[in-house]
Amino acid sequence: MITLEPWMMLVVAMVIFGIGLFGLIVRKNLLVMLMCVELMLNAVNLCFAAFSKIHQSVDGQLSVLFVMTVAAAESAVGLGLVIALFRTLRTVDSDQIQILRD
Amino acid sequence: MMDYRLLAFAIFSTIAIFGSLMVVLKKNPVASAFALVMVFFSFAGLYALLAAHFIAALQILVYTGAVMVLFVFVIMLLNQDQPIEDLKASTGLFKAFAGLVVAGLVLVLIRTVMTVRGIAPAGVLTDAKIEEAGGNVRVISEEMFSGKLFHFELTSFLLLAAVVATIALAKRKNSKGGMEA
Repeated sequence: MITLEPWMMLVVAMVIFGIGLFGLIVRKNLLVMLMCVELMLNAVNLCFAAFSKIHQSVDGQLSVLFVMTVAAAESAVGLGLVIALFRTLRTVDSDQIQILRD
Repeated sequence: MMDYRLLAFAIFSTIAIFGSLMVVLKKNPVASAFALVMVFFSFAGLYALLAAHFIAALQILVYTGAVMVLFVFVIMLLNQDQPIEDLKASTGLFKAFAGLVVAGLVLVLIRTVMTVRGIAPAGVLTDAKIEEAGGNVRVISEEMFSGKLFHFELTSFLLLAAVVATIALAKRKNSKGGMEA
């Protein structure tokens, strides 16, 4: 009989990290790009929790708490940046942001 | 007989993977945001399956509660509820290349991760020990407020800095260059 083992969680985390990375490369909407960053951060959190289980210690879960704090701060500042960009350029398309080139 | 934890894992991981695919592939940012909510909920289920109950609760509170409200609020503020065609803007060759690179990376990571089956646990906190010590939340809080107290205080400074930075960024500047509400 197959039972649930932590390495299965690691495989799921890797797949979701890959999907998030693909989205970050391919999408051009800044909001969706930030969502993909959140996906990648969540996948890493799942890795931390799974390794915490594998190593039988709570250090991984503590790391998850810190990563969550940093991710919340990151998304707040990132969305603030998107709002500031939208005010000046009237767009959230990352291809349209080329003031330095002109 | 099938292990019910394995069944729950299959359900949650399927929802998580399909949800994250929807985040990437949906044209409408609002649809992406709600797919992301689904992903966050199923991640909370996966944490609960790993016996990380405190993290599971925090995942729902912080991510589906705070972060997603922030995202939906900004989508509303910027009036971004129209479908966008940015996925079609990049050429098929570029998308294929990006997919190939990412698939390779994921395969290497999975290959690496499979070696954990040979790892001998270094710690002493088995599930039974944690239960005996008073549960997951108690063990985590004792560790956090003894060994990791300095890091905990540092994160509060980080949050304060993030709040100040967000207000400074999102505030409208008036013509004299100063800030106004």
